[in-house]
Amino acid sequence: MRPILMKGHERPLTFLRYNRDGDLLFSCAKDHTPTLWYADNGERHGTYRGHNGAVWSCDVSRDSSRLITGSADQTAKIWEVKTGRQLFSFKFGSPARSVDFSVGDKLAVITTDPFMERTSAIHVKRIAEDPEDQIDDSVLILQNPDGKKRINRAVWGPLNETIVSGGEDAVIRVWDTETGKLIKESNEEEGHKKTITSLCKAADDSHFITGSLDKTAKLWDMRTLTLIKTYTTGVPVNAVAMSPLLNHVVLGGGQDASAVTTTDHRAGKFEAKFYDKILQEEIGGVKGHFGPINALAFNPDGKSFSSGGEDGYVRLHHFDSDYFNIKI
Amino acid sequence: MEKTNKVMWGEIEDDENFDYLLPAKQMIGPDENGIKKVIEYRFNDEGKTVKVITTTRVRKGKAGDKRVVERRTSWTKFGDAVHDVAGGGGFTTVSKEDILLERPKSLYGTKPEETKASQELVKPGAVLMICRNCGKKGEHWTARCPTNNHSSTTDHAEASTRTGTDHHKADSYVPPNKRGSITVPDPRKRNDENSVRVSNLSEDTREEDLMDLFGTFGAVARAYVAFDKMTGTSRGFGFVDFVNREDAQLAINKLNGYGYDHLILRVAWATPRAN
Repeated sequence: MRPILMKGHERPLTFLRYNRDGDLLFSCAKDHTPTLWYADNGERHGTYRGHNGAVWSCDVSRDSSRLITGSADQTAKIWEVKTGRQLFSFKFGSPARSVDFSVGDKLAVITTDPFMERTSAIHVKRIAEDPEDQIDDSVLILQNPDGKKRINRAVWGPLNETIVSGGEDAVIRVWDTETGKLIKESNEEEGHKKTITSLCKAADDSHFITGSLDKTAKLWDMRTLTLIKTYTTGVPVNAVAMSPLLNHVVLGGGQDASAVTTTDHRAGKFEAKFYDKILQEEIGGVKGHFGPINALAFNPDGKSFSSGGEDGYVRLHHFDSDYFNIKI
Repeated sequence: MEKTNKVMWGEIEDDENFDYLLPAKQMIGPDENGIKKVIEYRFNDEGKTVKVITTTRVRKGKAGDKRVVERRTSWTKFGDAVHDVAGGGGFTTVSKEDILLERPKSLYGTKPEETKASQELVKPGAVLMICRNCGKKGEHWTARCPTNNHSSTTDHAEASTRTGTDHHKADSYVPPNKRGSITVPDPRKRNDENSVRVSNLSEDTREEDLMDLFGTFGAVARAYVAFDKMTGTSRGFGFVDFVNREDAQLAINKLNGYGYDHLILRVAWATPRAN
């Protein structure tokens, strides 16, 4: 395959997200402008100007009309996807890290980092149909037991009944959205040993995968939080993605950004590694980035995927036909 | 619904698939509510016929509406992209490099079998007996190695007997290049029967390239490219040792006459050294 290289960002990529139809791709980077691309040919369609800090993550509504972004400028913003107009800005006292629309797009979960004397927290906001009616108040605020540790990712569980979170304390937590109580926690021997960097849900919300700096990715049951599979790789995992079409998971990673310049690029292992979801066996790797991979996303049709790296590039890969016939 | 299987057990062969004895599969619906019924028959573990009714609801959703997606392609650009030229605006390029999903090396090799074979050779109590020449464990010492072309003592003995037949004085010193059929063993070359000679290589070809090229056919134990000692440039040929002879044969069949780096490769079995 000949990947399409998209160089719209001047700083390392942080997050990638496809819309539900798979025709739009949103990219977030440490520069201040999230960007919209056509997922087919990689043409840049627009940038969302208004943030004043690194943008850590984004999510798009099911009908592809609204975009929500979380940024280090202590805001989370809602945008009109089509025009790039800012509709609303949620203000926090600390950087917003992870954002996720609920099923139905009526709610959004936003996590905030520990900052000064503020502790890390998970905020649930109600998203108004009409942006004029939007209010800044949180419906629910969940406090991490260890408030000094960052929450890197929080997503909605099946039917919006739960919120699943993971972060620097390496514990995956399942929260009840009705009562705000902590329902489940991953235990020490099964769970990750180091910071959880990424979390990706399956297309049907039945299971999810977490990537961690302890050089593993783990597959969990969404409802029971039982560990299903563990994928071991040689490098810290920064990003994970799951194929909606085949039983494949993709792990992206590499060393710390600070260690990149001191090692040869061949030793860096900056490739997106494909694993068989069930057999936990490595299928192959896709090379190309000049730095660690920070973001991975699968097109909802499962026929292409994109990766974003510390090198500022988004690489969009349309699979060759032989990918679909890989046998182990 | 169950009924006993009426076929005599003696008439049934072990591997016979007797699904043809079952009534045909029936499908009812989908009706106006989208309810679809599928009636199937199959044998259970006890050989009894079981009727299976699967009821499913078929619903046509709006998911993946092509028109919505098409409308989006005509959106006007916004933000920093307004000044972009149609078709990318310099921010999007197609990689000139063809990137492949690289399969991990371990899938090609037959490493597990290999280690098993070498373990079988080890006689109990002979763990320390390692041949430094061919690397085999527990079979013989280095001095007794059948493929010996490294040990200096046996080499000299052999050399002197051969030179004797070549009408030289048996006890006089013969320079290596005059030793007839005996060639000086190159420590980098190994006498391996699965060795393949590749010639007409381009000057840029390195050992890693040969590894890549031949690695697709099977596990490669060693790849070697001959370099000119004086100039350091490639002499245009090399050797590839395969772990398995079949892989080597396959590589010869496929790669002999293969265009590689603007040259046509010649691949053949390496002629065994006469010794």
